[in-house]
Amino acid sequence: MTLKTLLAGTALAVGLAGAAFAEDKTKVGFIYVGPIGDGGWSYEHNEGRLAVEEHFGDKVETIYQESVPEGADAERAMTQMALGGADLIFTTSFGYMDPTINVAAKFPDVKFEHATGFKRADNVSTYSARFYEGRAVQGHIAGKMTKTNKVGYIGSFPIPEVIRGINSAYLHAKKVNPDVEFSVIWVYTWFDPAKEADAAKALIEQGADVVLQHTDSTAPQAAAQEAGNVITFGQASDMADYGPMPRVSSIIDNWSPYYIQQVQAVMDGTWTSVDTWDGISTGMVKIGEITDAVPADVKEEALAMVEAIGAGEYHPFTGPINKQDGSAWLAEGEVADDGTLAGMNFYVEGITGEIPQ
Amino acid sequence: MDLSSINWILLLASLMVASTPILLAAIGELVCERAGVLNLGVEGMMITGAICGFAISVETQSATLGFIAAALSGAALSMIFGFLTQYLLSNQVATGLALTLFGLGLSALIGQGYIGIKGLEIASLHIPLLSDIPVLGPILFRHDLMVYVSIAIVAATWATLKYTRAGLILRAVGENHDAAHALGYKVIRIRLMAIAFGGACAGLGGAYLSVVRVPQWTEGMTAGAGWIALALVVFASWKPWRILVGAYLFGGLSVLQLNLQAAGLKVPVEYLSMSPYLITILVLVIMSSGRSRAALNAPAELGRSFHASS
Repeated sequence: MTLKTLLAGTALAVGLAGAAFAEDKTKVGFIYVGPIGDGGWSYEHNEGRLAVEEHFGDKVETIYQESVPEGADAERAMTQMALGGADLIFTTSFGYMDPTINVAAKFPDVKFEHATGFKRADNVSTYSARFYEGRAVQGHIAGKMTKTNKVGYIGSFPIPEVIRGINSAYLHAKKVNPDVEFSVIWVYTWFDPAKEADAAKALIEQGADVVLQHTDSTAPQAAAQEAGNVITFGQASDMADYGPMPRVSSIIDNWSPYYIQQVQAVMDGTWTSVDTWDGISTGMVKIGEITDAVPADVKEEALAMVEAIGAGEYHPFTGPINKQDGSAWLAEGEVADDGTLAGMNFYVEGITGEIPQ
Repeated sequence: MDLSSINWILLLASLMVASTPILLAAIGELVCERAGVLNLGVEGMMITGAICGFAISVETQSATLGFIAAALSGAALSMIFGFLTQYLLSNQVATGLALTLFGLGLSALIGQGYIGIKGLEIASLHIPLLSDIPVLGPILFRHDLMVYVSIAIVAATWATLKYTRAGLILRAVGENHDAAHALGYKVIRIRLMAIAFGGACAGLGGAYLSVVRVPQWTEGMTAGAGWIALALVVFASWKPWRILVGAYLFGGLSVLQLNLQAAGLKVPVEYLSMSPYLITILVLVIMSSGRSRAALNAPAELGRSFHASS
């Protein structure tokens, strides 16, 4: 390389750096576990990203990477974003927890936001939504509407977030229907339509006429539709395409307000590491329209429950509740504390089967 | 554990559905291998068939056109393999692996606009009279057309290979291509036709996943089914009817796994998930030990290139 080209190259690099500095855009990165077209979890996170773009316009630049596997590859994707000049990175799946912490340690000036985890650092916040509040409503409707008294549940991974949902749904189904039974199938994936469809079919074949899912695709909805007399609930996204039957309601994750708030904090320089866990009350968890397939009185009760949870009058985990082995967990009137809920690794009394270790 | 809660009739019925993709892909690969060509690109052809079948069926609202498109796309992709291995004499193993990687990438590219779109609803056939037979009716006679097409393809393949002149020539090419060439048969042309048949069947298998079973498109949705199909051909020691048995065995295990979980069986799911693969390994070990080695049934020229002048 001659001196001339070296000088020219340096001048060019300086010029580019100067230009980049002049733009002064806040760069926000998003890591998604599924494709943004999954119609569920990643779709809603991407809606949040689009809301950020719309809200801030030219002041913000967003980048994203979809279908990033949980594990070592996630670290690579995050590192790439951090090196690419991102100021704030949202990592939107539980399995990104350790990768996020690792990468954050290497980039102290970049802010990280990890969804649904429990590990924080000076530049790592965590945020999640109280999906179990929505599960309580689903459990109520499921308990009232099941004719076979069998409710199928497609679990992704046996982690606290999913177990909390199963417990919450079961408690509220049991409350209105003492004969109800839950069958849980663990598929060990967040997104695999073929596997989710097979799991839904297996549950339906064994007599379940309600299928709850904690996986992100709409394949279980399609399987239920084919079966005809089975009801389902949209997961993470409204999945309204499958209403009014089989989808009778849904839990919708609404991340937009939170994302806008946190991007603003980074712009203002007021961002600090926080732990956010919001539910129906702040609108982070929304209950999708309850369709006419649900009897009017059940719909009314469900809406009343949404109201009560939103107003803070009712907590889905209110004692007396025993653990699966029969030992006491919550006394009469006692409410579960967030610490126990965040690390929940046990079934409540009445659920058969074991949590895989 | 409560095994009585499993509805065995429905389990057997869904077994047939779950097995159809690997059955189709495996029977295609069997014909290809009987002609002496080892095509490891089954996974790539399946996934390409899956997206092409899904896309065309959604655009035209016709499942039949979707399946035709899937078969054509699988065959077209296999022709890349055919050209490279038959005319340019490239290594079949390496080319096949490349075809798989290429197919996965190509399908993801084509599928960009089809993520999250709802597929068609395919009604099952209720064959009159037969579907009303107790027990057997629900298991055998209430499926969609493709399940029966796949069985028909197996039967036709068996009959062709065993009883027709075309089958005899195909086997001759697979057993000794020099002799076949000396007799005046066009070895390369025959092999290309076998490769195209394999590609078309793999495409159909992939489309069965995306058009009927799920029905949806997602990247990488075949999730290794092509590799199972390849193992299945060896498992079946290159015999058509054994492919049927093997496919139903593998499909059955994966469906049973989910059903046992739903019934509350206290076996770690990891063991259940790996069981089809364990059984494959086990059968391969048993088959290749002892004097009557089934492996001897492998086509003699499998994986070897043919060039008329050499």
